[in-house]
Amino acid sequence: MLRIRNLDVAYGPVTVLRRISLHVNPGEVVAIVGANGAGKTTLLRAVSGLVRPRAGEIALQGREVSREGPERIVALGCSHVPEGRQVFASMSVHENLLMGAHVQVRRGRKAEVKADLERVYRLFPVLEKRQRQFAGTLSGGEQQMLAMGRALMARPALLMLDEPSMGLAPLVMKDIFATVSRISAEGSTVLLVEQNARAALRIAHRGYVLETGRIVLSGTAEELLANRDVQRAYLGREAAAEPERGRP
Amino acid sequence: MTTAPTAYWQPESECMDREELEQLQLERLEATLSRVYRSVPFYRKHFDELRFDPDEVRSARDLRRLPFTTKRDVMDAYPYGLFAVPLREVVRLHATGGTGGAAIVMGYTRNDIKTWSNLMARNYVAAGVSADDVVQITFDYGLFTGAFGVHYGAERLGASVIPISSGNSKRQIKIMQDYRSTVLVGTPGYLLHLVEVMGELGVVPNQLSVKRVLLGGEPWSERRRKELEEALHVTATAHYALSEVLGPGIAGECLERDGLHVNEDHFLVEVLDPLTMEPVKDGDKGELVITTLTKEAFPLVRYRTGDLTSLVEGPCRCGRTSVRIRPIEVRCDDLLVVKGVNVFPSQVEEVLRSVQGTEPNYEIVIERPHALDEATVLVEVSESVFFDEMRKQAEFRERLMRKLASELGVHMDVKLVGKKTLERPEGKGPGNVRDLRKR
Repeated sequence: MLRIRNLDVAYGPVTVLRRISLHVNPGEVVAIVGANGAGKTTLLRAVSGLVRPRAGEIALQGREVSREGPERIVALGCSHVPEGRQVFASMSVHENLLMGAHVQVRRGRKAEVKADLERVYRLFPVLEKRQRQFAGTLSGGEQQMLAMGRALMARPALLMLDEPSMGLAPLVMKDIFATVSRISAEGSTVLLVEQNARAALRIAHRGYVLETGRIVLSGTAEELLANRDVQRAYLGREAAAEPERGRP
Repeated sequence: MTTAPTAYWQPESECMDREELEQLQLERLEATLSRVYRSVPFYRKHFDELRFDPDEVRSARDLRRLPFTTKRDVMDAYPYGLFAVPLREVVRLHATGGTGGAAIVMGYTRNDIKTWSNLMARNYVAAGVSADDVVQITFDYGLFTGAFGVHYGAERLGASVIPISSGNSKRQIKIMQDYRSTVLVGTPGYLLHLVEVMGELGVVPNQLSVKRVLLGGEPWSERRRKELEEALHVTATAHYALSEVLGPGIAGECLERDGLHVNEDHFLVEVLDPLTMEPVKDGDKGELVITTLTKEAFPLVRYRTGDLTSLVEGPCRCGRTSVRIRPIEVRCDDLLVVKGVNVFPSQVEEVLRSVQGTEPNYEIVIERPHALDEATVLVEVSESVFFDEMRKQAEFRERLMRKLASELGVHMDVKLVGKKTLERPEGKGPGNVRDLRKR
């Protein structure tokens, strides 16, 4: 689905990502975890074509896209839900979702758009309830759902989520991650960037640990959760203490 | 002739598309280099001195620009110098005695042990072993990695494990009979010794349940495999183990027995000319150099194994896509240069065997009393030969010397000694080498 090789990204003289290689297989949920400032968001922005990499290859479904613009990359099937939601506040929920379908609308696929709307409302019943409300009046969790729903309207082959749990109450956060799991179970491929490493790795198949712009560890989610380095750095004390308690 | 294997342990890894595998190797190599540079002072110093920037690696091919790690480097780091994680994350320590006397200590994290178990389970399945088997492990349990690696793999697979270790041959054979062991794991030398004891005890191999034998632990020749297979009526597969790199589980033969499948998603292998350290031509023999891709506690970058092998080209009929290496018959540390001629002790062994007709115990002594090297082979011979007429004894010695000279291309003196007069080096083949030349 997605294959990145030796990606370097710099903002002016500052190198943010160095020599990043990673891949996402169809149907997988892959989590990129790491501290604030590790370069996680930049990585997604590079895939989306929002920043131009200095070097390296990004192949989306076998096609090299590192020199393509964002519109083209969306059309190729990659949707990006940015950090902080960024919904159109003065438009209704319904209109926001239709905005996400612009690629489909332009291709005249009305029936598909209708079916996709139904799917989004089924995934997020609360959005259906609020479909006429201005997006700006939604709670943080609802806005996150709207942003995800809007991205799904483009029928993405790859859905990229940047910090979907940011600023959300624990219960709402749990809900969001459960939905990501459900989306994945329905066949979508997800690349997830998260500071909340534990929550992300619990729903992911595999993960990469990003540290100051470099990948220092990769493995199955289970392996990363068991890695003491990851536990100490990203999972907090509580998780680090777990293996001591009666694990075989 | 060969049975098509019906199962894999981790098919998604063992039969991975080559392009996907290369991507995975690159990802893991980059992460490993970042980690060792960050966490192991030795590597940081090593890389900095050579002005090698790990960030410049763009493909597995760039590995060639990386410095080697030698056995000496690893010994100098005794005991924990090369660990990439704090000791509290290490759940197991193993060590090798080290041929030069110095020891090497290896650490394993919880994840390392899990990986180890799975990799060895892969090798068992490839060798035709399943959860229904009863596996008798005759490697010695202890600081050496051998027994534990094959133990974990068999247990992970779900087989029934008999952790008997070596020694006490009679009990070993009785357990083999009574417990109905179906798989033996051991060194060819020890298993052939058991065959000998079976002969003495009058145990007929046909009455045993053993079907598969996994060989490892020492370099050996195809002839010994055949001997063992014929004696026990089994299929024997070769398995490569090196404690510093992991232990068993690095590479193993499938039932096609056309090279050992390297677990390439965890180890990057190169075969290099031991003199120039450049890649050998396709299929040529060279020194095996290994880079670990997933080890957490004790990663190694371009480790010179000292083992001579060659790569097997082309896909294997078993469906696994990994590269294969030939069984290790010689180690390049064993290479002796006598009067400018390259001699491997195994060649000497081969000559002794062909003349004597039995497993020889021998010692090669090389001296340089004056300008020239003088090599002597001490050979243990049975009492009958030893107390034979002088003339017969002289004839036998003559025959050995002639054969050695013609096979090796260099003259070696031969001295006959009585049984059990030569020291047998532990864990090595039947021969010992004493190089008394001043370097």
